[in-house]
This record gives sequence, structure tokens and C-alpha cells, in this order.
Amino acid sequence: MDRGKAELQTRELTINMGPQHPATHGVLRLVLDLDGETVVKCTPYIGYLHRGVEKLAENRTYLTALPLTDRFDYIAAMANNQGYCLAVERLFGIEAPERAQYIRTMVAEMSRISSHILWLGTHALDIGAMTVFLYAFREREWILDLFEMLCGARLTTSYARAGGVRNDVSQEFLDSLYKFTDEFPKRVEEYETLIDQNRIWLKRTKGIGVIEADEAVNWGLSGPTLRGSGVAYDVRKYAPYDAYGNVEFDVPVGKTGDVYDRYRCRMEEFRQSNRIIRQCIEKLPRGPIMAPDAPKLTLPPKDNVLKSMESMIHHFILITKGPIAAPEGEIYSAIEAPKGELGFYFVSDGTGRPYRMRVRAPSFVHASVIPRLCEGSLVADVIANIGTVDIVLGECDR
Amino acid sequence: MDQTEAKLIAQAIAEGLKERYPEEVKEIREFRGQVSVLLRKDRVKEIMEYLHDTSELCFSYLRDLCGVDYLGRKTPRFEVVYQLYSVSHRHMLRIRAEVPEEDPVIDSVVSIWDGANWHERECYDMFGIEFRGHPDLRRILMPEDWEGHPLRRDYPLKSDLGEKEWKGFTETLELSEKNKAYGLD
Repeated sequence: MDRGKAELQTRELTINMGPQHPATHGVLRLVLDLDGETVVKCTPYIGYLHRGVEKLAENRTYLTALPLTDRFDYIAAMANNQGYCLAVERLFGIEAPERAQYIRTMVAEMSRISSHILWLGTHALDIGAMTVFLYAFREREWILDLFEMLCGARLTTSYARAGGVRNDVSQEFLDSLYKFTDEFPKRVEEYETLIDQNRIWLKRTKGIGVIEADEAVNWGLSGPTLRGSGVAYDVRKYAPYDAYGNVEFDVPVGKTGDVYDRYRCRMEEFRQSNRIIRQCIEKLPRGPIMAPDAPKLTLPPKDNVLKSMESMIHHFILITKGPIAAPEGEIYSAIEAPKGELGFYFVSDGTGRPYRMRVRAPSFVHASVIPRLCEGSLVADVIANIGTVDIVLGECDR
Repeated sequence: MDQTEAKLIAQAIAEGLKERYPEEVKEIREFRGQVSVLLRKDRVKEIMEYLHDTSELCFSYLRDLCGVDYLGRKTPRFEVVYQLYSVSHRHMLRIRAEVPEEDPVIDSVVSIWDGANWHERECYDMFGIEFRGHPDLRRILMPEDWEGHPLRRDYPLKSDLGEKEWKGFTETLELSEKNKAYGLD
């Protein structure tokens, strides 16, 4: 036997994973150098979904660049819209009325639930728990139906506007959503019954992909991926925007920073998001849904265009010339999107178009940490690590 | 922390920076409560180390790093913009470092923040700014044989190739034609 061992030659093996691979959640390609089952080196290749959104936005007006934001994190378009609109509002120095702020908070939390549901389903599927996927998509469908009821679109919503939201919510919508919030915590418990104590799940997630708090901050991680390491950084608490200052919620944090803790953080966020939505419905104030100075930025309602002279002029000017000139300056504005900190950096040269629009996409940063998590671990854990950082390549590549 | 308080803190930090590096800080600007400091690029890494390591500043979190092209608007042409944040003290500061067109090279900050790695690669890819000391400076979003840097202002939005196809695409077509001869579709 000893002799056989001495003659046995081993060498490193380089394998390619993706870009078309069901577990890479889109078009991520990894080149893995393996020594047996251990990953020695992991090199991600991205850009397969690069559409040049930043370049496109430079050539559009502040109004017409909005639909581009739907296509970043296409699972949570509402949150992207909100982030973009907030940044434009801050640049122009306007503020959305209270009702619009509550509505935006509500739909952003809905998109957080929908995004986390998709994450849970696919992550569990990758690791080998099929059933959760089927359960999770049942609730995702419910949320998408609600989005459809609200604005006609399920994924590319373009619902928020700089200065408010496009249309008001109906009572029917609020009733259905309230019913959803009654039901949803029970469904979360169902998911947990399936995997929380599952021995295979625990073996595959505990102690895997550990990243310490200091290191996670140094890498620039954000959202639940950072909070799993025990850092309570959440833009909703640190710099409250929209209605987050007026609702009560907790920020769940983990301890060890492994795959399991990040999973627990997101599961807890389901409940907190549900809590926020309920409070938003209960506290929803009456009033306008568009800031009074927003007509210079956003198309007036179609009814008014046909009836009022002023609205028609605004409509005409906006379509032909673009919105009024933005003040000259630069602004960085961030929100807590479902995946992490989504930032917009605008440089304005005093015209109606952004001179530079930079998108700080959480998935881009999270994809960059994958080699750090994978190197030295087993090849089977690569799948768990890709799932746990929760990336979507539309946002990563922009 | 409300906006005015955040502004005052950031202004104080910016003033402190100017006092410490009078030669390097060119301008301090404030807009909508956000303070940005314009720097010469030569000692940018040293200044970043100071901002990161000093315990009362503790800018441990690099929110974002990106390039901006001011073609025809000002010289030096490029700026590299760093959005810094302190998770423990909750203050933020924006640093802008000027990079001239003739010599688009700036020191890398990857040794300070690991997260800067991909941001710098993207900046290199999009603007052609080189980061000295970067461990792995390659294109990231565009294909590795891509010509030009798309986010430069003089890069056309629509292709100037006209009817011609992109080199990479024509090569693929040729290859597939060649493979057909061997019966390898």
C-alpha cells in the first residue's frame, strides 16, 4: 500500500463553473483551482450582464433614467426605484409628502420580503432542500400579484417618482396587503420547520464561510451579509429615510458570521419587514402623493394634462426639453436595499441630465468577497457561499 | 444624527485634514450637507491611511470608489472619488483625488480596504485610470480584449463601427465556420 502511495501523482485541477450554472444565480463564472476537494484559488468573472447603465443614464434625463433602475436588482425593483428617487430628490432639494413616503416604505419592505423569499428558495435548493423552494414561491407569487394590483407590473415596476409615487394606493390593495401580513408570519414559521433544525441544513451551513466583523467591514459588505457577522450597520437606522424614522423595527444581527447566521438574519428580517408593512398601513396618513414642486421633475397625471393648461405645458416641456436643470453639485445617497447598501452618486453640471451617475451596487461588492470565502474550503461549500452572499448579477454587472 | 450635525462633523474633519496636509488639500466643498475634499493625488494613500487608522476618525468602511471624467470642463481631467464612512462614529466624508490625463496613475488603496479591489478594477476598466500597487489590475466588466474605456466622455454612446461587427464576434463566427468543416457544429 505504501509503495502505491509513493507512486501516486496528484496535481491541481482547474475547473470552470458557470456562466450557465443553476447555482450561480445568474451569469457568474468561477474558475476554481482544486487540490482534491479543496479550493486553492477561486477567480470570479463577471460582466456577462453588463448593459452600461451608468453610460446610458448620462445621456438621459433624470425622469427617463428611472426605468433603468428596475433592471439592477430585478427581484426588488421597488427598492431600486426608491433609492434612485431619493437621490434625485436630495439633489434637487425636494421632499416627498408624508403619504408617499409611507407608501414607498411599504412597497420597499414588500420587495425585501420578495427578494429574501427568492434567496431562501434558491439557497435551500442549492444546498439540497427542495421543498422550501416550492413553499417560498407560493408567497412570492402573492407579493408579485399585489405589485401588479398596485402598478400594473410585477417585476419592472417603476412605481416611485422623484417627489412621490406614480399613483395612490387603493383601499382594496391595502386590505389585501393587510391580509398578507396576517398570514405571512405563519408561513415564515413553516419555512423554519422545514430547515431550521434539519441536520443536513445545519451541517452544510454552520461554520461555513465565516467572516469576522472587522474583516466584513473592511470588505465593504452590507445588508444581512454584514449583519450576520454581528455589525448592526443598517442605513434604515443609521440615516433614516422616508418613513423609517416613524416605524418601529429591530435590526437582527448574527454572531459568528457563518452561512447559518446570515440565514438567521434574513429569516428574522422577514418578520421585521412584515412589522414595518403593518405599521405603514395602520399609520398611513392622508394627503397628496406628489410634492408640490415635483411637476417640474415628473410627468403630471394624464387627467390633468387633458384638462389643465399648466399641466399640459409641464408635460410638453418635460417631454421635449427634459426636466428643469438640477442645481450644480454632487450627492451620494444610499438606501438599505434587500441585498445591502444601494448607493447613488450623482454629479450634476447644472443641466437636466446627470453628468455622472454612479451606482454602488451591493451585489458587486458581495461578489468580490466570494474568493475570500471559498479559498481553503471544500468545493461543495462554494455553492453555499455563493448563495449566502445573496447576489443578483443584474445589479452586479449593471 | 441630523443633517446639520453630520455636516459640522464632516467640516471639522475636512478642516483638520487641511491643517495636517496644507499642500495636498486643494478645496473643501459642501453641498446639501455633504462635505467633499479635493486632493492632489500624490499622497492620497498616506492620507487614506491616516483617515482609516486614526481612532477618532476611524473611516473603516469604504462605501464606494468611482471615477469621474471632466473632459473639457477642467484640468486635470479625471477624478477618483472615495465615499468614506465610519461605522462606529457614523460620520461620512467624500474624498476626490485629481488624476491628469497625461499620467492617469494613482496609488491603490486595496492594502487599506479589501473592498477597494473590484472598485478599482472597474474604474480602470471604465476610465483607464491605473492603480499603482493593485494586486490584480484587469478589466472586470468589459471583455479583456475590449478597446477603449466606455465611461470616458469621448467614448461614443452608440458604436462607431457602423455595419462592421465587433472583432470578438467576427472571430467567433470565423471559428464556427472553421469547425463546421470538421463536422463540429
